Amino acid sequence: MDIRPILASLRRHRIPALLIVLEIALACAVLCNAVFMISQRVASIHLPNAIDEAGIAEVTLNGTDPELAGSDIPRNLAALRGLPGVQAAAVVSTLPLSQNNWGWGFGTKPGDALTDRSSRNVSMYFLGSGGDAALGLQVLEGRSFNDGDYADSHFDKSPLPETHVVLVTRSLAGKMWPGQPAVGKTLYATPHYYTVIGVVADVLRPYIGDANSPANYDAAFFPMSAAGSKGALSHYVVRSAPRDRDRLVREAEQKIADLNPGGVAHGRGYPEIRRRYFADMSSMAWMLVLVCVVMLAVTAFGIVGLTSFWVNQRRRQIGIRRAVGASRAHILQYFQTENFLLSTGGVALGMALAFGINVYLMHRYEMARMPWFYLPAGAIALWLIGQASVLGPALRAAAVPPVVATRSA
Amino acid sequence: MVMLDYYFRLGLRSLRRNPMLTALMVMAIGFGVAASMTTYSVFRAVSGNPIPDKSARLFTPQIDGWGPQQNLQNNEPGEALGYIDAMALMTAHKARRQTVLYKVQLSVIPGGNRDLPLNANGYAVTSDFFTMFEVPFRYGGGWSTRDDDARASGIVISDVLNQKLFGGADSVGRTLDLGGHDYQIVGVTSHWNPRPRFYDLFSTNGFGKEPDIYMVFNRAMDLEMRPGGRNSCRGSLSYTTWQEYLQSNCVWITPWVELDSPAEVAGYRRFLTNYAAEQQHAGRFNWAPNVRLRDVMQWMDYEQVVPPESRISLAVALGFFLICLVNTIGLLLAKFMRRAGEIGVRRALGATRGEIYTQYLIEAGTVGLAGGLLGLLFTAIGVAGVGVLFRPEIAKLAKLDPSLVALTFAVAIVATVLAAFYPAWRAARVQPAWQLKSS
Repeated sequence: MDIRPILASLRRHRIPALLIVLEIALACAVLCNAVFMISQRVASIHLPNAIDEAGIAEVTLNGTDPELAGSDIPRNLAALRGLPGVQAAAVVSTLPLSQNNWGWGFGTKPGDALTDRSSRNVSMYFLGSGGDAALGLQVLEGRSFNDGDYADSHFDKSPLPETHVVLVTRSLAGKMWPGQPAVGKTLYATPHYYTVIGVVADVLRPYIGDANSPANYDAAFFPMSAAGSKGALSHYVVRSAPRDRDRLVREAEQKIADLNPGGVAHGRGYPEIRRRYFADMSSMAWMLVLVCVVMLAVTAFGIVGLTSFWVNQRRRQIGIRRAVGASRAHILQYFQTENFLLSTGGVALGMALAFGINVYLMHRYEMARMPWFYLPAGAIALWLIGQASVLGPALRAAAVPPVVATRSA
Repeated sequence: MVMLDYYFRLGLRSLRRNPMLTALMVMAIGFGVAASMTTYSVFRAVSGNPIPDKSARLFTPQIDGWGPQQNLQNNEPGEALGYIDAMALMTAHKARRQTVLYKVQLSVIPGGNRDLPLNANGYAVTSDFFTMFEVPFRYGGGWSTRDDDARASGIVISDVLNQKLFGGADSVGRTLDLGGHDYQIVGVTSHWNPRPRFYDLFSTNGFGKEPDIYMVFNRAMDLEMRPGGRNSCRGSLSYTTWQEYLQSNCVWITPWVELDSPAEVAGYRRFLTNYAAEQQHAGRFNWAPNVRLRDVMQWMDYEQVVPPESRISLAVALGFFLICLVNTIGLLLAKFMRRAGEIGVRRALGATRGEIYTQYLIEAGTVGLAGGLLGLLFTAIGVAGVGVLFRPEIAKLAKLDPSLVALTFAVAIVATVLAAFYPAWRAARVQPAWQLKSS
């Protein structure tokens, strides 16, 4: 179809044409960035985590005397294991996504110390006896802790445990010793050092960055004896079949509270921990979805409104064209092509704007780079919306009878 | 005046004439304004000044105790002080009022008719804390500097804790067992939880629950109470005892000073630099003095208190509002130009361009007013529903107060009238002769 007459006509309506272009450009820019932010959040919310999330119930116990942990913990665990449906129970220092983080810098060379530039910040998990089974850690290489490892480990005056064995996640192993087997290597935090006895599938840290952060799985697991834990072990983990979990949350909390009248016990299921951690993100994602939908609706209605106005203004011209032989399809095509041209201008400007906004956000708020395909995807979405919204007014234009030309306007 | 009133009524009539177009505009403005105002109400709450009358006079000093190799990005020193530097500032006493504080966690041991212990979070502070930060008291008050020096076991508790433990009665003078040690209650605060919690952005995100207790800093030192909040260290950690911990480079104490004039601020800055230089001469620091002295707002800005969610949602909402406005320009243009014939008649009968212009701006104003009303409704729904979007402690800060209502209307009307400038100008330029001829 010849577009010259369309361009000529648009030149006569520069401002309304510009408004449509501007509206589509802004919508395209906001849409691309908003959808990207939504996808980032959705990716975070679904970050994989190699523990038995569905089967874990947790009870935190605070306010007990750390001196008595050596006798309290075995007694509490024995009681928990006695509950119906419990497959494993153990006490650990913290859980993934619990926000209760104990980080430390480790290096790969003797002499590496905390927060030297060469060392890497790692979240430490301390596992009481049986903690690996209670969490459902998946050992990929090497072995997990044995009874001797648990019994030998304790805290002295340092915040680092007095033991010489450690489990690391696959991500951490890959970063510390790229391309080499990690089992048998040593982690240093001078004067402490720990030999890697096994590699486990990736477990999230208690506190993570955004979905793309490379450090989300930098975690290490240390054994810890009940008697030497100095109060560090306060999260009781009870593993069961998922259908028993919620019942066990209540029963385990009750049991722990009964056994420790001086302590404060609080129970929850692991899915709740994950939900709480990402609550902000998921509501943010929903708000962005809502804004996008309303924004696209407003844009569509705006196009409908302006095109209807145009059609009304040009009823006589349309009539004349029909009278001199243009078919309905021609008229329809005319408005569709016109809209396509305006949309093309809009999305071209919009993609540039979207890219600019993303670069600014990256610069200012450490946002990730938007993958390139968001831009054409946003463009196609707005093209489609443009065509859909122009259809109604264009059909009305096509329905203008040729006889209009003969009436005096 | 009569004419303005007449134009306003004309505007209302015109709104009724093409209800579809009107509805589109009013909805667009309503949605745009509501989205912006809802997110703005949250943004205002989280970025607001928690202590407006004093924020420019309260400063938190920072001293580089780590050196360029181990500092934060851009060679920023640690966000708190270690024990040695904190004590040096207190001893020097170069500000009229000064305090040091850190977060402590204790449990309230059962007693009386309570059989369950409670967690009690709070701060170890010095006596000036209460006057500097204008802490309101229900009963009693803070303690004196003499109590600081005497390492006294006085304690200030919150209204909430007082309610839990003593049913809200005046508990001043009573004894409280915290973690196995006895404390004498000297004061009970009224509700006091400034948000963001500017005085402790090192350990908190600024929006925590109200602290339960405030205890004497020196007493906490005697009891060797480890920080219940953040602790940040550098290099090889060799400390094993409390004394070694105090001597280490770990930072965990937030200092605050009150300085009343620019001269005092400059003086204090000089003092900090001199102090760092002395430490360099003494061989404790082997780098040039690197100090900061930020006031409350600068500190909140540096610590990025405003949650990214809040910033992003505000930006998205503003972008959305802009689209709504562009949309409104287009629709107003369509609406006004449809009445070219009517304008032509009025012009032919003697109306000036200015009068047409005024009339159509006022008509746009009525659209803005209607959009504002709708926007207010949506904003009210939005503010009520903001709890879905943000953590409860942030969400409850967002309120639909008179200033927000006024702002909603003002933004709706001003934005619509601005959007109407071009369409009204086009309307005023209608040629009367051309219109009359063709109809």
